[in-house]
Amino acid sequence: MSTASIAPVFTDLTVGQDIGSRSITVTRQDLVKYAGASGDFNPIHWNEAFATGVGLPGVIAHGMFTMGAAVQLVTDWAGDPAAVVDYQTRFTKPVLVTDTTGTEEPGAVIEVSGAIGALDADAGTVRVDLTVVYAGQKVLVKAQAVVRLA
Amino acid sequence: MTINPDLQGRSYPAAEVYDVGREKIREFARAVKATHPAHFDLEAAKALGHRDLVAPPTFAIIIAQRADAQLIEDPESGIDFSRVVHADQRFIHHRPIVAGDRLVAELHVDGVRAMGGGAMITTRSEIFVLTGDGTAGSGVSREAVSTTTSSILVRGEGQ
Repeated sequence: MSTASIAPVFTDLTVGQDIGSRSITVTRQDLVKYAGASGDFNPIHWNEAFATGVGLPGVIAHGMFTMGAAVQLVTDWAGDPAAVVDYQTRFTKPVLVTDTTGTEEPGAVIEVSGAIGALDADAGTVRVDLTVVYAGQKVLVKAQAVVRLA
Repeated sequence: MTINPDLQGRSYPAAEVYDVGREKIREFARAVKATHPAHFDLEAAKALGHRDLVAPPTFAIIIAQRADAQLIEDPESGIDFSRVVHADQRFIHHRPIVAGDRLVAELHVDGVRAMGGGAMITTRSEIFVLTGDGTAGSGVSREAVSTTTSSILVRGEGQ
C-alpha cells in the first residue's frame, strides 16, 4: 500500500548520519501551480516583466515552494508526514526559474540532502538538518525539521 | 514609505474559518511535489492512525498568509506588498492538520525593527481547530493546532 520506507528506529540513529538526497526540478508551470494551491499570487513568481521591474534577475520560486518541496525528503524518510512537528528555515538566496515552456527542460534544479543534526532521547525527537542548494549556492539556511518517531 | 513602529504588539483576532478539504490537501501536496500516500489516499492515512488525509508540513502557510494579509492590507501598517521579501519561516505543529478540520488563526505582531530604509516584521499566527458544530449550546471550543512564525523584510527605497 505505502511506498514510504520503513520508519526509522530512534536507537539506530546517530548524529551526522545521512538520510538521503534528491533533486527537485522546477518549471514556470510548477510556480503557477504553487501560486494557485497556496494563494500566493505575487507576480514576481510568474511574470518576467514584473520581476525584472522590481530589480530581480527574473521570475523566482516562492520561498515557500522550496521550503515545502525540500521537506518531502524528511516526510518520506520518517514514514508519516505528521511526524514533522517543527520545521523552520531562513531564505537567503532566490531560486531563479528560467522559462522553458514547450520543452522538456526544467527551469531550475534544486538539490536537497539531509543529515541528522541532533537526537533528543527524552522527547523521542530527531532533528534533521537539510542542505538545499541551487546553482551552487545554499538557498535555505538553518533548514531544520524536528521529527517525532513513534 | 515608513513602517508604523506602533505595529509591534498588535494582534488581529481570529476572523473567517478555513475549512480544510481533501482536494485542497491533494492539490497542495502535488504543488510541493509531495508523494506520500497519507496526503492522497484515505486508507493510507487511516493506516497511520489519522482520522483523514494529512496535510503536508507547510500547508498551514495558507492560513498564516491569510492572517498576515490583515496586517499587510491594514492602511495603518505602511507596508508596500511589492517590496516584501520573505526572510524566514517556522511551523510548530501541536497536532497534525487533517481534512475536515475547521481552522481559525490569531495574528500577533511580535517584532518590528528598522533595517536600512526598510523594516523587518515578525508575525506569529496561532492556529486553532474549532470543535463542535458552532450552534448555540453545542459547546464550541478550540484546540491549538499550529504556531507559525514568519519574518518579512520590507525593502526601503533603493534597497
